[in-house]
Amino acid sequence: MKALESFAAHAVAIVATMFALYPLLWVLGLAISPAGMASEPALWPLPDSPSLANAKAVVSGNPHFWTQLANSLIVSGATATVAIFLALPAAYALARFRFFGAQPGLRAMLWTQMFPGVASAVPLYVILDKLGLLDSRSGLVLVYATTAIPFALLQLKGAFEGIPIELEEAAWVDGASRVRTFLTIVIPAARPAIAVTFLFAFMSAWNEFILAATLLSRESAFTLPVVLQRVVGEHAAHWGVFAAGALIVSVPVVALFYVAQRSLVSGLTAGSVKG
Amino acid sequence: MTPPHCPIATRGFGFRVLGFFLAILLLVTAPARADEVTIWHAYRDAEAQALDTVVHAFELRTGHHVTMLAVPFDAYSAKLAAAIPNGNGPDLFIEAHERLGTYVRDGLLDAVPAALDEGFDASARRALLQGTTLYGLPLAAKSLALFVDRSVVKGPIDSLDDLPRPGTSSTYTLVYENESSYAFAPFVHGAGSDFLAADESFGFVGPAAAQALRDVALLVREGRVPAEASGALVSQLFREHKAAAMISGPWALGDLPHDSDVEVMPLPPLHRGGRPLRPFVTVEALFFSAHRGAKASTVALARAIAFDEGAVVRARDGHQVVPRSSLSARPELAQLASLQAFQRAAKEAIGMPSSVRMRATWEPIGAALKATLRGDLTPENAVAMAERRFRDVTRPQAPPASTAPWFLALGLLSLTGAILTYRRARAEAWGLALKRSLPAYLWVTHAAVILLLLVGGPLIVGAATSLFAGTRSAPTFVGFANYVSILTARGGELLGLGSFWRTLLVTLLWTAVNVALHVTIGVALGLVLSRPLMRLKTVYRVLLVLPWAVPSYVSALAWKGMFHRQFGAINALLTYLGGEPVAWFARFSTAFAANVATNVWLGFPFFMVVTLGAITGLPQEVLEAASIDGATRWQRFRYVIAPLLLPALLPSVILGTVWTFNMFNVVFLVSGGEPDGATDILVSEAYRWAFTRDAQVGYGAAYAVLVFLLLVAGTRALDAFGKKAES
Repeated sequence: MKALESFAAHAVAIVATMFALYPLLWVLGLAISPAGMASEPALWPLPDSPSLANAKAVVSGNPHFWTQLANSLIVSGATATVAIFLALPAAYALARFRFFGAQPGLRAMLWTQMFPGVASAVPLYVILDKLGLLDSRSGLVLVYATTAIPFALLQLKGAFEGIPIELEEAAWVDGASRVRTFLTIVIPAARPAIAVTFLFAFMSAWNEFILAATLLSRESAFTLPVVLQRVVGEHAAHWGVFAAGALIVSVPVVALFYVAQRSLVSGLTAGSVKG
Repeated sequence: MTPPHCPIATRGFGFRVLGFFLAILLLVTAPARADEVTIWHAYRDAEAQALDTVVHAFELRTGHHVTMLAVPFDAYSAKLAAAIPNGNGPDLFIEAHERLGTYVRDGLLDAVPAALDEGFDASARRALLQGTTLYGLPLAAKSLALFVDRSVVKGPIDSLDDLPRPGTSSTYTLVYENESSYAFAPFVHGAGSDFLAADESFGFVGPAAAQALRDVALLVREGRVPAEASGALVSQLFREHKAAAMISGPWALGDLPHDSDVEVMPLPPLHRGGRPLRPFVTVEALFFSAHRGAKASTVALARAIAFDEGAVVRARDGHQVVPRSSLSARPELAQLASLQAFQRAAKEAIGMPSSVRMRATWEPIGAALKATLRGDLTPENAVAMAERRFRDVTRPQAPPASTAPWFLALGLLSLTGAILTYRRARAEAWGLALKRSLPAYLWVTHAAVILLLLVGGPLIVGAATSLFAGTRSAPTFVGFANYVSILTARGGELLGLGSFWRTLLVTLLWTAVNVALHVTIGVALGLVLSRPLMRLKTVYRVLLVLPWAVPSYVSALAWKGMFHRQFGAINALLTYLGGEPVAWFARFSTAFAANVATNVWLGFPFFMVVTLGAITGLPQEVLEAASIDGATRWQRFRYVIAPLLLPALLPSVILGTVWTFNMFNVVFLVSGGEPDGATDILVSEAYRWAFTRDAQVGYGAAYAVLVFLLLVAGTRALDAFGKKAES
């Protein structure tokens, strides 16, 4: 009975894994075939004679590749960091204080997630222009960070609510200040949730290209997805190069996912399970 | 729960993080540099390199500094429209003349300095005129021509009938992007019809238009032309000698192998003695941005790029068809036979009108084309449908509304609000509450301010746009007219194709199906992978999360490829299993299923991870007690696990619902709304109104506001449901 159950579990997991990997194999196949996409219907996505020509075109065909990779890392890392630093104290206040405007504020926060961004790009451009932050990575970081804050706030607030207040109270009795307990007790206890929030903010900044292409106007300031999108032209596109670029671009995110695996599971639901 | 760390170690943690934060802030602040001349373009490959060569030579010769920027095509016109009115645009930019009408209307362009207007071919120059003013220097003419594989086809070609029948020397007679209205244009002109009549009325009407549809449908039915051929597939089939000929533009020249035996010629008639298939010609031009002032260095650079010296390089290295007759005698160009052929093709082509109304013809004609190719409509009915759609998109703008009642209403509202607040303040000892809130405000103010400025501000401005019609440069206040028009389906059938209500139903179905599948699959996998003794658990978890980690704009395209009718893996699998191949994007049900498959694939990892987390948080004693009591597996899940899991999953379900409701990428990239916009959801519809249908930004914004209101109402209901379930 146990053996049968284990067999069934593996069967489910294997089928799901195949479902998850098969389309990615097509991306990989496209990335390593020099000729482009298959013009014969085929089930097996990988070509007989793989080539790294497309990947080479992505890396060495672009003199700014390493700068742009660095830009992407800096912008996404800074986005996640800024978002978390802005969200941490606010989330703490929402979790621990009862104050005037907390509920409407929270609701408004959720609402911002529901408004399609169709109409707000131009006003954003004008605001950044007025702030003198146009065409700078700082401006882009600020924009990305603010879009990441609502989710970060909701996540972190949930996590803070899951931390027993007794831990803090004990420290207050010992004469520690609120800020001190926040830094030394609350934040360390919420590490998994912070890691997840970091990952989310990092990822959304990492893959974005429309705003980046609109707000940045220097080749050396571009992030990688912007450059990647350039192989898709008006009349024709190099899908092979596009696929190779997309895979190269996703390597750091996959690595982050791998590192954050444990936190991912415990951090994502830290607040919602109050059992 | 993690135990509190010892204070000394954690203080270190706090400082480390703070230091990292400061270091990053310093790193990201890079000073901007003022440069002499800036030029933007959306070129790539050979064309970009040729432009590079020209510009570098200019820099060496004159000592001016030029900053070039290649912008992705998808973001190009939005970037220009955002940057130029604020004075942040480039000095020069390269763009097809197609949007000239819009750009001039929006005040993005300066006229060309008179000194530069010399030596350009009259037809190309004419395309860049608005009235008698010349905007832009013509750089290249782009039109379609016939590429003939001379290793397969011998003999002269006087019409498409002279190409070999399918299966004789190659699988297909001809490949071209047969679902694009741009590639359909030559057939329209060949049948004696048009996109836009001379008086700017819709030209695609009557028997001639129906004939054009019949012609191209026959090509596919006879197996001469492959169906659903996209740009990449077209050049590939031709390169692999699977098609005897291809219709494509000069951009395809760079993709051909050097040793290939290919002849390029202007498009012949469909049948011998018939009208020639005249394509549209677009003129790529160098434009002068408004608000920059034509500096001497700008004019010098424009001359270097557009005049003979630069034109030769662009023609030779960039395969560009340069509209300067002075060059055709140049020996280095005379030997480029294919370029000469394109030159001839461009001369015979029809200049594409650059008016705003022209841009509104693409979608209706494309829809008629696809409906005919699918066999859904007869050519006559398809023509009628196209005209109806064109009228719908170009309907007269709503009359301006008076702003007075609005200001009055706004004033009354604020007054009522002020009175209410004042009364509440007195009744609830408001001052005291506010005073008590003060310490909390120290924690939230910075986040609140920045959110209000960068998220709230644009949202409010965006929402306010929905009360306007017309263009960004000359908006007209129309009050609720956009909403009225949307909610009454612009006077058409309330549940007709493309109406708000129908799209809403599709969106609701889309959200319900997706979220149900996400949660079911996610919970199932979460349960399986949380079995304590499962081997390879970590491996599965990492692999199953991959769809989430790869950027969705590329995986969505991979899925689209897998659903291709002729070359996709899904149909290959169906055929392998003995089934019939399915035209996935021809029917609502299958196109919708393709979208759902893609989105389920993208979204289930999130719910799997959430479930895994929630299960780890469940109290072990309860689960053990249940299994000791002899409950069956299903009973345990139904009565113990599910009730505990549900509240934990609810926040993620709400978030997932919002994300799915607004999941633009999948719908836009996989089905693209096919068939006929039937699978479009509200956001993709909003996007089409705001960006592709003649930039009716206000109309798109009204859609966005409606989506917002629906979601607010929906999530409140879900929340109430959750609270009920919890108690």
